[in-house]
Amino acid sequence: MKVGLIAGAVLAGAALGAALLSLAWTPFDPAAMSIPDKLRPPGSVHWLGTDQLGRDILSMLMAGARTSLSVALLAVAIGAGAGVPLGLAAAAMRGRWVDDAIMRGNDLVFAFPSLVIAILITAALGPSAANAMIAIGIFNIPVFARVTRAAALPIWTLDYIRAAEVAGKGAARISVEHVLPNVASLLIVQATIQFSLGILAEAGLSYVGLGAQPPTPSWGRMLAEAQTMAAIAPHAAIAPGVAIVLTVLGLNLLGDGLRDALDPRLKARLA
Amino acid sequence: MIEVRDLSVALGARAVLSDVSLTLSPGTITGLVGESGSGKSMTALAIMGLLPDGARATGSVELDGRNLLPLDDRRMSDVRGRRIGMIFQEPMTALNPLMTIGDQVAEVLTRHHGMDRDAARAVARQRLDRVGMPGERFPLTLYPHELSGGQRQRVAIAMATADAPDVLIADEPTTALDVTTQAQILDLLRGLVADEGMALLLITHDLAVVGTAADRVAVMQGGRIVEEGATQDLFRAPAHAHTRALLAATRHQPARAGPPDAATAGRPILQVERAVRAYTLARPAPLAPHPVLRAVDDVSFTMRPGESVGLVGSSGCGKSTLTRAILGLDPLQSGRILLDGEPVTARMPAALRARVQVVFQDPFGSFDPRWRVDRLVAEPFHLTGRPCGWRDRVAQALAEVGLPPDAMRRHIHQFSGGQRQRIAIARALIIRPRLIVLDEAVSALDVQVRAQVLDLLARLRASHGIAWLFISHDLSVVRSITDRVLVMDRGRVVEDGPTDRVLDAPQSAAAVRLAQAMPRMPGFP
Repeated sequence: MKVGLIAGAVLAGAALGAALLSLAWTPFDPAAMSIPDKLRPPGSVHWLGTDQLGRDILSMLMAGARTSLSVALLAVAIGAGAGVPLGLAAAAMRGRWVDDAIMRGNDLVFAFPSLVIAILITAALGPSAANAMIAIGIFNIPVFARVTRAAALPIWTLDYIRAAEVAGKGAARISVEHVLPNVASLLIVQATIQFSLGILAEAGLSYVGLGAQPPTPSWGRMLAEAQTMAAIAPHAAIAPGVAIVLTVLGLNLLGDGLRDALDPRLKARLA
Repeated sequence: MIEVRDLSVALGARAVLSDVSLTLSPGTITGLVGESGSGKSMTALAIMGLLPDGARATGSVELDGRNLLPLDDRRMSDVRGRRIGMIFQEPMTALNPLMTIGDQVAEVLTRHHGMDRDAARAVARQRLDRVGMPGERFPLTLYPHELSGGQRQRVAIAMATADAPDVLIADEPTTALDVTTQAQILDLLRGLVADEGMALLLITHDLAVVGTAADRVAVMQGGRIVEEGATQDLFRAPAHAHTRALLAATRHQPARAGPPDAATAGRPILQVERAVRAYTLARPAPLAPHPVLRAVDDVSFTMRPGESVGLVGSSGCGKSTLTRAILGLDPLQSGRILLDGEPVTARMPAALRARVQVVFQDPFGSFDPRWRVDRLVAEPFHLTGRPCGWRDRVAQALAEVGLPPDAMRRHIHQFSGGQRQRIAIARALIIRPRLIVLDEAVSALDVQVRAQVLDLLARLRASHGIAWLFISHDLSVVRSITDRVLVMDRGRVVEDGPTDRVLDAPQSAAAVRLAQAMPRMPGFP
């Protein structure tokens, strides 16, 4: 419970801190190559060692966190920004054609295998971090729309919605004032899950060469490049892998903890 | 036979039960009454061995001389179901929505006796026949959603008694049902106890239910049994102050002003003229025409300003649909509703909508849990525009319902059911409407809280001249607060007259049914 929230905040905060710090300072230039220093094991100069081109792995991890977090964050923002209003509208117009149109449109997007289409989009638009972001974001829209609608539907049956209707409020206003705050805790959990999935998706796209392009560092590409040397220099593959795992774990713990902390009813029960 | 001796239960440092002693003998109904939080349900859970984690119990619960308290979970679950059955308040959640009623009753037998499926289903059939669900109308293949609340409660009773338990525990078994169904379920329970020699522990907050059904009554307060005795004696000569207070609250009649003078009252506040609200149902077969349910069927009535009118009927009679139409939440198919002379529609102007407000039944569902009380109570200002001194108006409205001004900054979960219902009334009052609709607004409250709320309503009517439309299936509540009562049955108003006349000398069949079904306490008309 509380331990999870703190551990999650520490892990996610470390990733965020590293990303922010890399804007101002990294131990070495993450793009600077130095062939004589290639594949150094972790030591006092290069804390996490160097890769096959002699770049400092710690510096690349810090700069790569920036890429991963910003791609995943904007992908979640695209998904939530479009999906949550669609879900609220579908719930407010439940049973009518608007609801059907939104939800069948969702099903259409869901019907495509997301990572394959993301590969297609980035291949068509040209591989870059921005295009990866858009591709991942589009597939977040139906996730948020569906979760929002499912959580909002039971709320529309409650008496306090009737009271708001008797107070003359329209469906849009009720959606924003009453429905959204009461589904927010679910959406926060969903957002952290999508955020961690976004980090994994970005790593996946970069791994196959369709994400951020060199020299922009990326955890996924670091994994891909270190893979062939895993037998002689395992540290080069372990570092980005552990970074991905810890960040995703931290975000999931943070999401669960936030849900408990944000709900006044749960708070009352714990107090 | 179950003997509870000196049972005490503590949750952490808090004692929830203290020295409870109770004997449940075969063939008798023991009523356990008390307000919410008095320990009634905790007593039942202790007998069933279902105490929450961390609860410490001392004393003994003996079933035929064997103490059940020290039994582990596995042994206890064998005792439950086979020797002790239980019925809950909410029949919808007590049944599995994905299993047929036949399978649910049969499961009890296959689990405890290893009976094969066909034999178990044969017994299940007999049990359902016994609880008044005959095979030709209620095949075993029905699902819970195809049944009404009363029928579901009958299935729950069939499940609880399938294995002929020695003891049956019923926790508020009729609270969610309307009066006519309640009378039938109580009849059924009495018949089962007499025929099969079970001991029944009937837990309820409603003294009238205990008064009609129980042989013995135990009154609980603060985790103790304060008085116990034969029903007749206890009701005629209550010894303990708390029993007397509960009885007084149940019989409480708020002082009320007479009906407003017809000549001076002026234009009617509410006119319902030949209102019809029909729903198209799903086709019974492909290509068959859609059947039409006329939920409100040609209803007409008028209310004068300041009048207090009751609208009663069993569940499904159309009173909720009519309420929604009066509030402008549902459109009518034909006929019209005039509020203060102007038509009620979904898009009526704010100034007109501000003349009617509503108080709902469920004090837990009628407030947004994320809003603070000041914002909740001020919500109807959306219709009139928020005046600059709105916080003072909120404080004033809270004061009118007897709540301190510091209630404004708190969240709704910090209030009890009775306090929430007062806040709901404050919310309805704040824009000074001319008509307030109370939809079963006191059904969920304990008797003493209910008496306070009824007093409050009577006082507000006298001071503000507001008209009340009181929707209820509980005739005793309607009697104490209304001048005139309308009886609805199958979408129609079948009787309309002064409250005392309709309740004492009902003319329509529906009103007669309601009046007969009303539980009566010994020594109370």
